Amino acid sequence: MNSRTIFINIFRWIILLFVQIFLLRNLAYYNLSTPFVYILFLMVLPFGIPNILLFLLAFGTGLTLDAFYDTLGVHTSACVALALVRVLFISVSFNRDAIDEPEPSLGNMGFKWFSVYAILCIIVHHLVVFFLEAFKLDEAGYTLGRALLSAVFSLFVILLVEFIFHNRKAN
Amino acid sequence: MRNLWIFLSRYNAFFFFIVFFAIGIILTVRNNAYQRSVTLNSTNAVVGSAYERLNVLKRYLNLGQVNDSLAQENAKLKTTLLQLQNVDTTSTVVVKDSLNQQQYTLFSAKVIKNSITLRNNVITINKGSLQGVTQGMAVVSPSVGVVGFVMDVSENLATVRSLLNSGTSISVSPKKYNAFGSLVWGDGNFDITKAYVKEIPNHYKVNKGDTIVTSGAGGFPKGILVGKVSRTELSTGDSFMSLEISLFNDFSNLQYVYLVKNRMTQEQNALETLTKDEQ
Repeated sequence: MNSRTIFINIFRWIILLFVQIFLLRNLAYYNLSTPFVYILFLMVLPFGIPNILLFLLAFGTGLTLDAFYDTLGVHTSACVALALVRVLFISVSFNRDAIDEPEPSLGNMGFKWFSVYAILCIIVHHLVVFFLEAFKLDEAGYTLGRALLSAVFSLFVILLVEFIFHNRKAN
Repeated sequence: MRNLWIFLSRYNAFFFFIVFFAIGIILTVRNNAYQRSVTLNSTNAVVGSAYERLNVLKRYLNLGQVNDSLAQENAKLKTTLLQLQNVDTTSTVVVKDSLNQQQYTLFSAKVIKNSITLRNNVITINKGSLQGVTQGMAVVSPSVGVVGFVMDVSENLATVRSLLNSGTSISVSPKKYNAFGSLVWGDGNFDITKAYVKEIPNHYKVNKGDTIVTSGAGGFPKGILVGKVSRTELSTGDSFMSLEISLFNDFSNLQYVYLVKNRMTQEQNALETLTKDEQ
Protein backbone atom coordinates (compact mmCIF):
# COMPACT_ATOMS: atom_id res chain seq x y z
CA MET A 1 0.00 0.00 0.00
CA ASN A 2 1.68 3.22 -1.05
CA SER A 3 1.19 6.70 0.30
CA ARG A 4 -1.02 7.69 -2.62
CA THR A 5 -3.60 5.03 -1.75
CA ILE A 6 -3.56 6.13 1.89
CA PHE A 7 -4.04 9.76 0.91
CA ILE A 8 -6.90 8.94 -1.47
CA ASN A 9 -8.68 6.93 1.21
CA ILE A 10 -8.32 9.63 3.86
CA PHE A 11 -9.68 12.17 1.38
CA ARG A 12 -12.58 9.85 0.52
CA TRP A 13 -13.35 9.33 4.22
CA ILE A 14 -13.54 13.07 4.88
CA ILE A 15 -15.69 13.84 1.82
CA LEU A 16 -18.13 10.95 2.35
CA LEU A 17 -18.63 11.65 6.06
CA PHE A 18 -19.04 15.36 5.40
CA VAL A 19 -21.71 14.74 2.78
CA GLN A 20 -23.44 12.15 4.97
CA ILE A 21 -23.54 14.33 8.08
CA PHE A 22 -24.33 17.71 6.64
CA LEU A 23 -26.38 16.85 3.56
CA LEU A 24 -27.86 13.36 3.58
CA ARG A 25 -28.79 13.51 7.28
CA ASN A 26 -31.47 16.03 6.37
CA LEU A 27 -32.75 14.00 3.46
CA ALA A 28 -35.65 11.61 3.85
CA TYR A 29 -38.42 10.36 1.62
CA TYR A 30 -41.64 10.44 3.69
CA ASN A 31 -39.57 9.58 6.74
CA LEU A 32 -39.30 6.05 5.35
CA SER A 33 -36.18 6.11 3.30
CA THR A 34 -32.88 7.72 4.31
CA PRO A 35 -29.69 7.05 2.37
CA PHE A 36 -26.44 6.06 4.10
CA VAL A 37 -23.76 6.59 1.51
CA TYR A 38 -20.72 6.86 3.81
CA ILE A 39 -20.41 3.04 3.82
CA LEU A 40 -18.97 3.34 0.31
CA PHE A 41 -15.69 4.20 2.05
CA LEU A 42 -15.58 0.77 3.72
CA MET A 43 -16.71 -1.00 0.56
CA VAL A 44 -13.93 0.30 -1.68
CA LEU A 45 -10.97 0.01 0.71
CA PRO A 46 -8.05 -1.76 -1.06
CA PHE A 47 -8.01 -5.56 -1.34
CA GLY A 48 -4.67 -5.89 0.45
CA ILE A 49 -5.85 -4.33 3.70
CA PRO A 50 -5.21 -6.50 6.81
CA ASN A 51 -8.39 -7.64 8.55
CA ILE A 52 -7.55 -5.96 11.85
CA LEU A 53 -7.12 -2.59 10.12
CA LEU A 54 -10.36 -3.07 8.20
CA PHE A 55 -12.30 -3.75 11.40
CA LEU A 56 -10.65 -0.87 13.23
CA LEU A 57 -11.55 1.50 10.38
CA ALA A 58 -15.13 0.21 10.33
CA PHE A 59 -15.39 0.70 14.08
CA GLY A 60 -13.91 4.21 13.94
CA THR A 61 -16.06 5.33 11.02
CA GLY A 62 -19.22 4.06 12.70
CA LEU A 63 -18.30 5.75 15.96
CA THR A 64 -17.70 9.08 14.20
CA LEU A 65 -21.07 8.91 12.49
CA ASP A 66 -22.80 7.92 15.73
CA ALA A 67 -21.35 10.97 17.45
CA PHE A 68 -23.04 13.19 14.87
CA TYR A 69 -26.29 11.21 14.75
CA ASP A 70 -26.63 10.89 18.56
CA THR A 71 -27.12 7.14 18.17
CA LEU A 72 -24.09 5.77 20.01
CA GLY A 73 -23.32 2.18 18.99
CA VAL A 74 -25.86 1.75 16.20
CA HIS A 75 -23.74 2.65 13.19
CA THR A 76 -20.66 1.23 14.89
CA SER A 77 -22.20 -2.24 15.03
CA ALA A 78 -23.58 -1.92 11.51
CA CYS A 79 -20.19 -0.95 10.05
CA VAL A 80 -18.50 -3.88 11.79
CA ALA A 81 -21.14 -6.22 10.36
CA LEU A 82 -20.52 -4.71 6.92
CA ALA A 83 -16.79 -5.36 7.30
CA LEU A 84 -17.51 -9.05 7.95
CA VAL A 85 -19.75 -9.27 4.88
CA ARG A 86 -17.03 -7.64 2.81
CA VAL A 87 -14.37 -10.12 3.99
CA LEU A 88 -16.64 -13.14 3.46
CA PHE A 89 -17.88 -12.07 0.04
CA ILE A 90 -14.42 -11.29 -1.27
CA SER A 91 -12.99 -14.58 0.01
CA VAL A 92 -15.88 -16.56 -1.48
CA SER A 93 -15.89 -14.89 -4.89
CA PHE A 94 -12.09 -14.91 -5.54
CA ASN A 95 -9.02 -16.89 -4.98
CA ARG A 96 -7.12 -14.56 -2.67
CA ASP A 97 -3.91 -14.56 -4.72
CA ALA A 98 -5.53 -14.17 -8.09
CA ILE A 99 -6.67 -10.58 -7.56
CA ASP A 100 -4.66 -8.06 -9.52
CA GLU A 101 -6.95 -5.08 -9.05
CA PRO A 102 -6.12 -2.56 -6.32
CA GLU A 103 -9.61 -2.04 -4.91
CA PRO A 104 -13.15 -3.39 -5.36
CA SER A 105 -14.66 -0.43 -7.21
CA LEU A 106 -17.17 -0.50 -10.04
CA GLY A 107 -14.61 0.42 -12.69
CA ASN A 108 -12.23 -2.35 -11.62
CA MET A 109 -14.64 -5.17 -11.02
CA GLY A 110 -17.42 -4.66 -13.53
CA PHE A 111 -21.08 -3.85 -12.94
CA LYS A 112 -22.30 -7.37 -12.22
CA TRP A 113 -19.84 -8.22 -9.48
CA PHE A 114 -19.98 -4.78 -7.91
CA SER A 115 -23.78 -4.58 -7.79
CA VAL A 116 -24.10 -7.96 -6.02
CA TYR A 117 -21.36 -6.92 -3.60
CA ALA A 118 -23.00 -3.53 -2.96
CA ILE A 119 -26.48 -5.02 -2.45
CA LEU A 120 -25.20 -7.52 0.14
CA CYS A 121 -23.15 -4.93 2.05
CA ILE A 122 -25.92 -2.32 2.03
CA ILE A 123 -28.69 -4.69 3.11
CA VAL A 124 -26.72 -6.09 6.05
CA HIS A 125 -25.66 -2.61 7.17
CA HIS A 126 -29.19 -1.17 6.92
CA LEU A 127 -30.85 -4.09 8.69
CA VAL A 128 -28.47 -3.73 11.63
CA VAL A 129 -28.93 0.06 11.72
CA PHE A 130 -32.73 0.03 11.68
CA PHE A 131 -33.25 -2.90 14.02
CA LEU A 132 -30.75 -1.59 16.57
CA GLU A 133 -32.32 1.85 16.32
CA ALA A 134 -35.79 0.45 16.99
CA PHE A 135 -34.38 -1.94 19.60
CA LYS A 136 -37.51 -4.05 19.74
CA LEU A 137 -39.26 -6.57 17.56
CA ASP A 138 -42.81 -5.20 17.55
CA GLU A 139 -43.34 -3.28 14.34
CA ALA A 140 -40.74 -5.57 12.77
CA GLY A 141 -42.56 -5.20 9.47
CA TYR A 142 -42.35 -1.44 9.55
CA THR A 143 -38.68 -1.50 10.51
CA LEU A 144 -37.95 -4.02 7.75
CA GLY A 145 -39.77 -1.83 5.25
CA ARG A 146 -37.79 1.23 6.29
CA ALA A 147 -34.53 -0.70 6.06
CA LEU A 148 -35.26 -2.06 2.59
CA LEU A 149 -36.56 1.23 1.19
CA SER A 150 -33.49 2.99 2.56
CA ALA A 151 -31.29 0.26 1.08
CA VAL A 152 -32.78 0.92 -2.36
CA PHE A 153 -32.12 4.64 -1.97
CA SER A 154 -28.54 4.05 -0.76
CA LEU A 155 -27.84 1.55 -3.55
CA PHE A 156 -29.02 4.04 -6.12
CA VAL A 157 -26.81 6.83 -4.78
CA ILE A 158 -23.79 4.53 -4.34
CA LEU A 159 -24.03 3.18 -7.89
CA LEU A 160 -24.41 6.72 -9.15
CA VAL A 161 -21.30 7.86 -7.27
CA GLU A 162 -19.36 4.87 -8.56
CA PHE A 163 -20.42 5.48 -12.16
CA ILE A 164 -19.34 9.09 -11.94
CA PHE A 165 -16.03 8.73 -10.11
CA HIS A 166 -14.72 5.19 -10.56
CA ASN A 167 -15.71 4.24 -14.06
CA ARG A 168 -12.33 4.79 -15.71
CA LYS A 169 -11.79 1.20 -16.94
CA ALA A 170 -15.30 0.28 -17.95
CA ASN A 171 -15.38 -1.34 -21.35
CA MET B 1 -1.71 -24.58 21.32
CA ARG B 2 -0.27 -24.29 17.82
CA ASN B 3 -3.45 -25.66 16.32
CA LEU B 4 -5.49 -23.16 18.27
CA TRP B 5 -3.32 -20.35 16.92
CA ILE B 6 -3.72 -21.59 13.34
CA PHE B 7 -7.47 -21.81 13.85
CA LEU B 8 -7.62 -18.26 15.22
CA SER B 9 -5.54 -16.77 12.46
CA ARG B 10 -7.40 -18.56 9.67
CA TYR B 11 -10.78 -17.29 10.84
CA ASN B 12 -9.46 -13.98 12.19
CA ALA B 13 -12.12 -11.92 10.41
CA PHE B 14 -14.85 -13.70 12.32
CA PHE B 15 -13.20 -13.12 15.69
CA PHE B 16 -12.57 -9.46 14.95
CA PHE B 17 -16.24 -9.24 14.03
CA ILE B 18 -17.34 -10.79 17.33
CA VAL B 19 -15.15 -8.45 19.40
CA PHE B 20 -16.07 -5.21 17.65
CA PHE B 21 -19.74 -6.07 17.19
CA ALA B 22 -20.00 -6.85 20.90
CA ILE B 23 -18.52 -3.45 21.74
CA GLY B 24 -21.03 -1.83 19.37
CA ILE B 25 -23.99 -3.59 20.96
CA ILE B 26 -22.81 -2.74 24.47
CA LEU B 27 -22.55 0.92 23.46
CA THR B 28 -26.09 0.83 22.05
CA VAL B 29 -27.54 -0.76 25.16
CA ARG B 30 -25.78 1.65 27.46
CA ASN B 31 -26.93 4.55 25.31
CA ASN B 32 -30.50 3.32 25.46
CA ALA B 33 -30.49 2.99 29.22
CA TYR B 34 -30.31 6.64 30.06
CA GLN B 35 -27.28 6.27 32.31
CA ARG B 36 -24.81 7.68 29.87
CA SER B 37 -21.39 8.63 31.10
CA VAL B 38 -19.84 8.74 27.64
CA THR B 39 -20.34 12.11 26.02
CA LEU B 40 -19.76 11.06 22.44
CA ASN B 41 -22.81 12.84 21.09
CA SER B 42 -23.63 16.32 19.94
CA THR B 43 -22.98 17.94 23.35
CA ASN B 44 -19.36 17.09 22.65
CA ALA B 45 -17.36 20.28 21.96
CA VAL B 46 -15.99 19.25 18.56
CA VAL B 47 -19.25 17.87 17.22
CA GLY B 48 -21.23 20.80 18.63
CA SER B 49 -19.04 23.47 17.11
CA ALA B 50 -19.13 21.77 13.70
CA TYR B 51 -22.92 21.90 13.74
CA GLU B 52 -22.88 25.48 15.00
CA ARG B 53 -20.72 26.68 12.08
CA LEU B 54 -23.00 25.10 9.53
CA ASN B 55 -25.99 26.61 11.25
CA VAL B 56 -24.85 30.18 10.71
CA LEU B 57 -25.58 29.70 7.04
CA LYS B 58 -28.88 27.95 7.59
CA ARG B 59 -30.11 30.62 10.00
CA TYR B 60 -29.35 33.30 7.47
CA LEU B 61 -31.45 31.58 4.81
CA ASN B 62 -34.36 31.24 7.21
CA LEU B 63 -34.31 34.83 8.46
CA GLY B 64 -37.52 35.72 6.67
CA GLN B 65 -39.61 33.04 8.29
CA VAL B 66 -38.10 33.71 11.70
CA ASN B 67 -38.95 37.38 11.34
CA ASP B 68 -42.54 36.55 10.52
CA SER B 69 -42.95 34.31 13.51
CA LEU B 70 -41.34 36.91 15.79
CA ALA B 71 -43.69 39.57 14.48
CA GLN B 72 -46.66 37.32 15.14
CA GLU B 73 -45.47 36.63 18.63
CA ASN B 74 -44.92 40.31 19.27
CA ALA B 75 -48.46 41.04 18.20
CA LYS B 76 -49.76 38.41 20.56
CA LEU B 77 -47.71 39.73 23.47
CA LYS B 78 -48.87 43.28 22.79
CA THR B 79 -52.45 42.11 22.88
CA THR B 80 -51.87 40.51 26.24
CA LEU B 81 -50.19 43.66 27.49
CA LEU B 82 -53.17 45.76 26.43
CA GLN B 83 -55.49 43.47 28.30
CA LEU B 84 -53.33 43.81 31.39
CA GLN B 85 -53.47 47.63 31.29
CA ASN B 86 -57.22 47.51 31.49
CA VAL B 87 -57.33 46.29 35.08
CA ASP B 88 -59.98 48.09 37.12
CA THR B 89 -57.94 49.37 40.03
CA THR B 90 -60.77 51.03 41.92
CA SER B 91 -62.56 47.92 43.11
CA THR B 92 -59.98 46.15 45.21
CA VAL B 93 -56.43 46.91 46.05
CA VAL B 94 -54.39 43.81 46.60
CA VAL B 95 -50.64 44.03 46.97
CA LYS B 96 -49.10 41.29 44.98
CA ASP B 97 -45.49 40.29 45.44
CA SER B 98 -44.42 39.52 41.91
CA LEU B 99 -41.30 37.67 43.12
CA ASN B 100 -43.44 34.88 44.45
CA GLN B 101 -45.99 35.12 41.69
CA GLN B 102 -43.95 34.21 38.69
CA GLN B 103 -43.37 30.51 38.73
CA TYR B 104 -42.01 30.18 35.22
CA THR B 105 -39.38 32.19 33.41
CA LEU B 106 -38.50 31.58 29.79
CA PHE B 107 -35.20 32.11 28.08
CA SER B 108 -34.38 31.48 24.47
CA ALA B 109 -31.82 29.23 22.84
CA LYS B 110 -30.76 28.66 19.26
CA VAL B 111 -31.24 25.23 17.73
CA ILE B 112 -27.87 24.17 16.32
CA LYS B 113 -28.83 20.66 15.31
CA ASN B 114 -32.26 19.22 14.68
CA SER B 115 -33.25 15.78 13.50
CA ILE B 116 -36.66 14.55 12.40
CA THR B 117 -35.92 11.46 10.34
CA LEU B 118 -34.98 9.06 13.12
CA ARG B 119 -37.15 7.12 15.48
CA ASN B 120 -35.60 8.77 18.53
CA ASN B 121 -34.91 12.35 17.57
CA VAL B 122 -32.64 14.63 19.57
CA ILE B 123 -32.19 18.40 19.24
CA THR B 124 -29.01 20.23 20.25
CA ILE B 125 -29.21 23.81 21.52
CA ASN B 126 -26.53 26.40 22.22
CA LYS B 127 -27.17 26.99 25.94
CA GLY B 128 -25.63 24.88 28.67
CA SER B 129 -25.05 24.66 32.39
CA LEU B 130 -23.20 28.01 32.42
CA GLN B 131 -26.41 29.67 31.19
CA GLY B 132 -28.53 27.87 33.76
CA VAL B 133 -29.85 24.90 31.79
CA THR B 134 -30.48 21.84 33.93
CA GLN B 135 -31.47 18.31 33.11
CA GLY B 136 -35.21 17.72 32.72
CA MET B 137 -36.12 21.34 31.91
CA ALA B 138 -39.13 21.75 29.66
CA VAL B 139 -38.58 23.21 26.17
CA VAL B 140 -41.31 24.98 24.16
CA SER B 141 -41.56 26.39 20.64
CA PRO B 142 -41.37 30.16 20.17
CA SER B 143 -44.88 30.82 18.92
CA VAL B 144 -46.96 27.75 19.67
CA GLY B 145 -46.40 24.15 20.71
CA VAL B 146 -44.16 22.02 22.90
CA VAL B 147 -40.73 20.68 21.98
CA GLY B 148 -39.46 18.32 24.69
CA PHE B 149 -37.20 17.94 27.68
CA VAL B 150 -33.51 18.67 28.25
CA MET B 151 -31.58 15.42 28.30
CA ASP B 152 -27.82 16.06 28.67
CA VAL B 153 -26.12 19.31 29.57
CA SER B 154 -22.51 20.35 28.97
CA GLU B 155 -20.99 23.75 29.71
CA ASN B 156 -22.29 25.61 26.67
CA LEU B 157 -24.54 23.11 24.91
CA ALA B 158 -27.43 20.86 25.76
CA THR B 159 -29.38 18.09 24.04
CA VAL B 160 -33.17 18.05 24.08
CA ARG B 161 -35.18 14.85 23.80
CA SER B 162 -37.74 16.10 21.31
CA LEU B 163 -41.39 15.08 21.27
CA LEU B 164 -40.48 13.04 18.19
CA ASN B 165 -38.82 10.42 20.39
CA SER B 166 -40.33 7.23 21.73
CA GLY B 167 -38.99 8.05 25.20
CA THR B 168 -40.85 11.36 25.57
CA SER B 169 -44.27 11.72 27.11
CA ILE B 170 -45.80 15.06 28.07
CA SER B 171 -48.80 15.62 30.31
CA VAL B 172 -51.64 17.26 28.35
CA SER B 173 -55.37 17.78 28.64
CA PRO B 174 -58.22 18.85 26.34
CA LYS B 175 -58.77 22.58 26.69
CA LYS B 176 -62.34 22.20 27.92
CA TYR B 177 -61.73 19.53 30.58
CA ASN B 178 -59.21 18.98 33.32
CA ALA B 179 -58.61 15.36 32.33
CA PHE B 180 -54.95 14.46 32.18
CA GLY B 181 -53.52 12.39 29.34
CA SER B 182 -50.07 11.83 28.02
CA LEU B 183 -48.81 13.02 24.67
CA VAL B 184 -46.61 10.49 22.89
CA TRP B 185 -45.13 10.00 19.43
CA GLY B 186 -43.99 6.82 17.72
CA ASP B 187 -45.72 3.45 18.14
CA GLY B 188 -46.20 2.83 14.46
CA ASN B 189 -46.76 6.48 13.57
CA PHE B 190 -43.68 8.32 12.41
CA ASP B 191 -45.31 11.32 10.80
CA ILE B 192 -43.74 14.45 12.26
CA THR B 193 -47.00 16.39 12.16
CA LYS B 194 -49.00 13.82 14.15
CA ALA B 195 -48.89 12.59 17.75
CA TYR B 196 -51.11 10.61 20.09
CA VAL B 197 -52.82 11.47 23.36
CA LYS B 198 -53.36 8.46 25.58
CA GLU B 199 -54.86 7.68 28.96
CA ILE B 200 -57.78 10.13 28.95
CA PRO B 201 -60.75 8.37 30.59
CA ASN B 202 -63.52 7.32 28.21
CA HIS B 203 -66.36 9.25 29.83
CA TYR B 204 -65.07 12.61 28.60
CA LYS B 205 -66.49 13.69 25.26
CA VAL B 206 -63.66 14.83 23.04
CA ASN B 207 -64.55 15.79 19.48
CA LYS B 208 -62.62 16.19 16.32
CA GLY B 209 -61.12 19.68 16.17
CA ASP B 210 -60.82 20.16 19.93
CA THR B 211 -57.69 21.90 21.11
CA ILE B 212 -55.19 20.06 23.28
CA VAL B 213 -53.13 22.07 25.77
CA THR B 214 -50.48 21.22 28.34
CA SER B 215 -51.92 20.27 31.71
CA GLY B 216 -49.44 22.05 33.95
CA ALA B 217 -47.93 18.87 35.36
CA GLY B 218 -44.40 17.78 34.58
CA GLY B 219 -42.47 20.98 33.96
CA PHE B 220 -44.60 22.69 31.30
CA PRO B 221 -46.70 25.72 32.27
CA LYS B 222 -50.44 25.09 32.01
CA GLY B 223 -52.24 26.01 28.82
CA ILE B 224 -49.57 25.92 26.12
CA LEU B 225 -51.32 25.04 22.85
CA VAL B 226 -50.15 21.69 21.53
CA GLY B 227 -52.41 20.60 18.71
CA LYS B 228 -55.86 19.85 17.35
CA VAL B 229 -57.61 16.48 17.60
CA SER B 230 -57.69 14.96 14.14
CA ARG B 231 -59.11 11.48 14.87
CA THR B 232 -61.09 10.22 17.84
CA GLU B 233 -62.32 6.81 16.79
CA LEU B 234 -59.13 4.98 17.80
CA SER B 235 -60.77 2.54 20.12
CA THR B 236 -58.48 0.64 22.43
CA GLY B 237 -61.17 -1.45 24.10
CA ASP B 238 -60.44 -0.39 27.65
CA SER B 239 -61.60 2.50 29.77
CA PHE B 240 -59.18 5.00 28.26
CA MET B 241 -59.37 6.65 24.88
CA SER B 242 -56.65 7.30 22.40
CA LEU B 243 -56.67 10.43 20.25
CA GLU B 244 -54.68 11.33 17.21
CA ILE B 245 -53.77 15.01 17.11
CA SER B 246 -52.08 17.15 14.52
CA LEU B 247 -49.37 19.28 16.09
CA PHE B 248 -49.41 23.06 15.78
CA ASN B 249 -45.66 23.45 15.55
CA ASP B 250 -43.48 22.34 12.67
CA PHE B 251 -40.47 20.37 13.91
CA SER B 252 -38.74 20.47 10.56
CA ASN B 253 -38.34 24.22 10.77
CA LEU B 254 -37.21 24.82 14.34
CA GLN B 255 -34.78 27.75 14.66
CA TYR B 256 -35.23 28.98 18.20
CA VAL B 257 -36.70 27.39 21.29
CA TYR B 258 -37.59 28.66 24.76
CA LEU B 259 -36.40 26.89 27.87
CA VAL B 260 -38.84 26.95 30.77
CA LYS B 261 -37.25 27.58 34.13
CA ASN B 262 -39.57 26.49 36.89
CA ARG B 263 -38.88 28.22 40.20
CA MET B 264 -40.62 25.50 42.12
CA THR B 265 -38.97 22.43 40.59
CA GLN B 266 -36.91 21.66 43.66
CA GLU B 267 -39.77 22.22 46.04
CA GLN B 268 -42.11 20.08 43.95
CA ASN B 269 -39.60 17.25 43.58
CA ALA B 270 -38.90 17.21 47.29
CA LEU B 271 -42.61 17.10 48.02
CA GLU B 272 -43.30 14.36 45.50
CA THR B 273 -40.47 12.09 46.68
CA LEU B 274 -41.93 12.44 50.15
CA THR B 275 -45.24 11.03 48.96
CA LYS B 276 -43.55 8.19 47.13
CA ASP B 277 -41.79 7.08 50.30
CA GLU B 278 -45.05 6.74 52.15
CA GLN B 279 -46.70 4.50 49.60
